[in-house]
Amino acid sequence: MNIIGLYNYWIVVLLMMIGFYIVIAHENLIKKLIGLGIFQTSVFFFYISMGKITGGTAPILDEKWQLYSNPLPHVLILTAIVVGIATTAMGLSLVVRIQEAYGSIEESDIQAQDALDQLECSLEAYGIRYAQSLNDQDLNE
Amino acid sequence: MTAIAVLRMRDLFAVVMLSGIYSLLSASLFLDLDAVDVAFTEAAVGAGISTLLMLASLKLVGRFENKSRYRPGLALGIVLVTGALLVYGTLDMPHFGLAEAPVHLHVAPRYINDSMAEIGVPNIVTSILASYRGYDTLGETLVIFTAGIGVMSLLLVSRQTKEEYYKKVPADMQQQIILRVVVKILLPLILLFALYVQFHGDYGPGGGFQAGVIFAAGIILYTMLFGLGNSQRLFKRRTMELLTATGVLIYAGVGVACMFMGGNFLDYSVLRHDPVHGQHLGILLVELGVGITVAAVMIVIFFKFTWRTVKHRYK
Repeated sequence: MNIIGLYNYWIVVLLMMIGFYIVIAHENLIKKLIGLGIFQTSVFFFYISMGKITGGTAPILDEKWQLYSNPLPHVLILTAIVVGIATTAMGLSLVVRIQEAYGSIEESDIQAQDALDQLECSLEAYGIRYAQSLNDQDLNE
Repeated sequence: MTAIAVLRMRDLFAVVMLSGIYSLLSASLFLDLDAVDVAFTEAAVGAGISTLLMLASLKLVGRFENKSRYRPGLALGIVLVTGALLVYGTLDMPHFGLAEAPVHLHVAPRYINDSMAEIGVPNIVTSILASYRGYDTLGETLVIFTAGIGVMSLLLVSRQTKEEYYKKVPADMQQQIILRVVVKILLPLILLFALYVQFHGDYGPGGGFQAGVIFAAGIILYTMLFGLGNSQRLFKRRTMELLTATGVLIYAGVGVACMFMGGNFLDYSVLRHDPVHGQHLGILLVELGVGITVAAVMIVIFFKFTWRTVKHRYK
């Protein structure tokens, strides 16, 4: 069996893995979104390349042609692209709000700030004031 | 190759530009694979609007990625293992371009052989999109509408702030006379082309999704060169918000009208005496609804991002 005929799937896998790597290894949220975009296009390529028939033509009916590529994947992907940009815009606006709230879009910074907040809350629950507010009281006295 | 460069770079501006190029290359690849409608959409969305939105948010969050502290070893390991498993999985798949592959044996022959008689539209992609799988497309239009609402509520800028900054918003590109003149000439052509794509989608590649995006791209181009104030005078906030909903309403309304006339939801054959004419009318209206929603949502999203930028700059 000649396995060279499977090359389209391998390109898809390569692109998908690049996207996946960016999503899990990078900390910057914008970079993560771009990685998701690459992942997404790899799925598009998967569908479209499955729909292709050698010697076929674009699925617009005409008497000159007999063999057409499969139109169904085209429909699914065409709508997926537009939905993709709408959801990406949603993601970007979330990133903008995160930047405004935390002053950073690096994952580790955000987690560090969250951990600090949590620590403050639990200290307060035990009746222990956070160090800074203690100092404030000292100053007032 | 472009994807790998995207992976390596830390200057996000360059990354965004590269992802634009990546989209354009994808579009030409789609064209090569016979997916003309998809190529059309990818070129308009990926290389146009998505790049712009990324740039707008870069302006808000800063251009450079931090020097990374992560350990890439683990991530690389996971990626390699997953990739190897996926490649192993492909070994049983049908070869590229084979006409006997299972994908081509179920519904596709029905669409290709019978759609001319049943729908009467030469572009099979359009007839599947708007008629055979009309439910799907309604759902997707709704997703776009919802995403639009999400962005609107996340990036809310109060009217007070807007009025405060309204006078201060300069037309940044005031000096770019060449660009302004060229855009003035191009704009009507772009909008006309969008309308052509909208209403010619039955016969050639095109349809509501592509037309909406092209229309929005034209308006966005105008906004960039002539300032937010000028284009918001034409596209008022309320009008745009109404329009996003109108598109979805037209789509669903056509479905309900079909039910009243004795058919199933979104079964256009009953709209006229001749089923094929009914299908024509139904597809035209539905595509119009899609086009309106897509264009309005894209324009609104762009406006929201721009207002946010303006607010930050003058704080």
